[in-house]
Amino acid sequence: MNKILFSAVSKKFVMALAGLFLLVFLPVHLGINLMLIKSDPEPFNTAAHFMATFPLVKVVEIVLFLAILVHIIYGIILQIQNWRSRPVRYAVRNKSETSAFSRFVIWTGGAVLIFLVIHFFNFYFIKLGIVEGDPENFYSVAYQLFAIRGYVILYWVCFLILGFHLYHSLQSAFQTLGWSNEFWKPVIRVISLIYAILIPAGFAAIPLIIQFFK
Amino acid sequence: MKLRLKIWRQKNAKTKGAFASYDLDGVSSDMSFLEMLDLLNSRLVSEGKEPVAFDHDCREGICGSCGMYINGYPHGPVPGLTTCHLSMRYFRDGETITIEPWRARPFPVIKDLIVDRSAMDKIQVAGGFISVTAGAAPEANNNLVRKHSSDLAFDSAICIGCGACVAACKNASAMLFVSARVSQYALLPQGRPEAKERVRAMVEEMDRQGFGNCSNTGACEAQCPKQIKLFNIARLNREYYRSY
Repeated sequence: MNKILFSAVSKKFVMALAGLFLLVFLPVHLGINLMLIKSDPEPFNTAAHFMATFPLVKVVEIVLFLAILVHIIYGIILQIQNWRSRPVRYAVRNKSETSAFSRFVIWTGGAVLIFLVIHFFNFYFIKLGIVEGDPENFYSVAYQLFAIRGYVILYWVCFLILGFHLYHSLQSAFQTLGWSNEFWKPVIRVISLIYAILIPAGFAAIPLIIQFFK
Repeated sequence: MKLRLKIWRQKNAKTKGAFASYDLDGVSSDMSFLEMLDLLNSRLVSEGKEPVAFDHDCREGICGSCGMYINGYPHGPVPGLTTCHLSMRYFRDGETITIEPWRARPFPVIKDLIVDRSAMDKIQVAGGFISVTAGAAPEANNNLVRKHSSDLAFDSAICIGCGACVAACKNASAMLFVSARVSQYALLPQGRPEAKERVRAMVEEMDRQGFGNCSNTGACEAQCPKQIKLFNIARLNREYYRSY
């Protein structure tokens, strides 16, 4: 059993599946966030309330947290193994032609994780009652945050980094799951690029729209 | 040409190594990289010094023996070439060339630039074969193979097992090598009966030898002297999942 769960291929398979689930979740989250653009707080708060209370969403939420946890833990295990596989480093840095998005994926992932922790403090922990705030009015919580210029800049930087992470991740997930060949590889690359631009740009546009058009 | 060479010197696996610098003149741009090292060694021998140990055999780019990390590139800066095919015309007069052995946990240094690559042989032995009954050669048209499959199988079968993929990979992963070996059999009808056992055994052995994990960075593909493609790794993954 250990051989199946922890072989070099299986670890990547688990990592890719968990990652793909997160990639599906992001557009859903963006869809709800886009309601922040409206002047009326009602639709956003209703959607947030629905996400917090609907039983089926509760189940999906557990899967989501599991996916985040598994993705992080497996990512760290893989990285430590990878570092250990070359105990003596080269004196001259490797100059092979590779994608920087891929080389630095562990670091972009780490940055996204830091943002996730901040995000939990700002929103999720209010819902759990750990941090003070009104869980029924996340609309105003979001507006208060977007009013802080430093927060908005951090928000944009984090989504830029998320874009770097996503561009590598989507292609990588397809490759790991075995869905790549001579024909599909360039197609998948373009799809990954579009996804990695659209999703972060969608999130990043919200504070900008609120700032300038309202 | 006059060159300054910084070469990794290490007596054996147990001792610590260090770089040694050599000034070498009289290098012709028509020489191969290995001939340049031969020239250095002949000078070292005539001076009564220990020559630099490096692996080489056919010097035709097909045996997979030679291999060193040259100025940050396995097999040097020119794509699609083995070290023996690398010409000195790609280097400038007066250039400093740093030469290191392949670095990976499963590739311990034996001496100077020679590393023990038997970890790759062990992966091959684990499943890189087909079991056939000995006898007369079978009729060639008994097993029909699609041209496309035959081409892809050939493209992966040209892997010479030099280990440049492992040397180039930031994780010292052997996935490109294993994927080429798995693909060459998986694509042909002769390889199908043992496909499941083969892929499991080879991946298991790869893990046992201590290679890193693939992070789809593509340095292996960029440095492979036989230009084995990354989608072979996707095929290896498919074959592995199918085996369960």
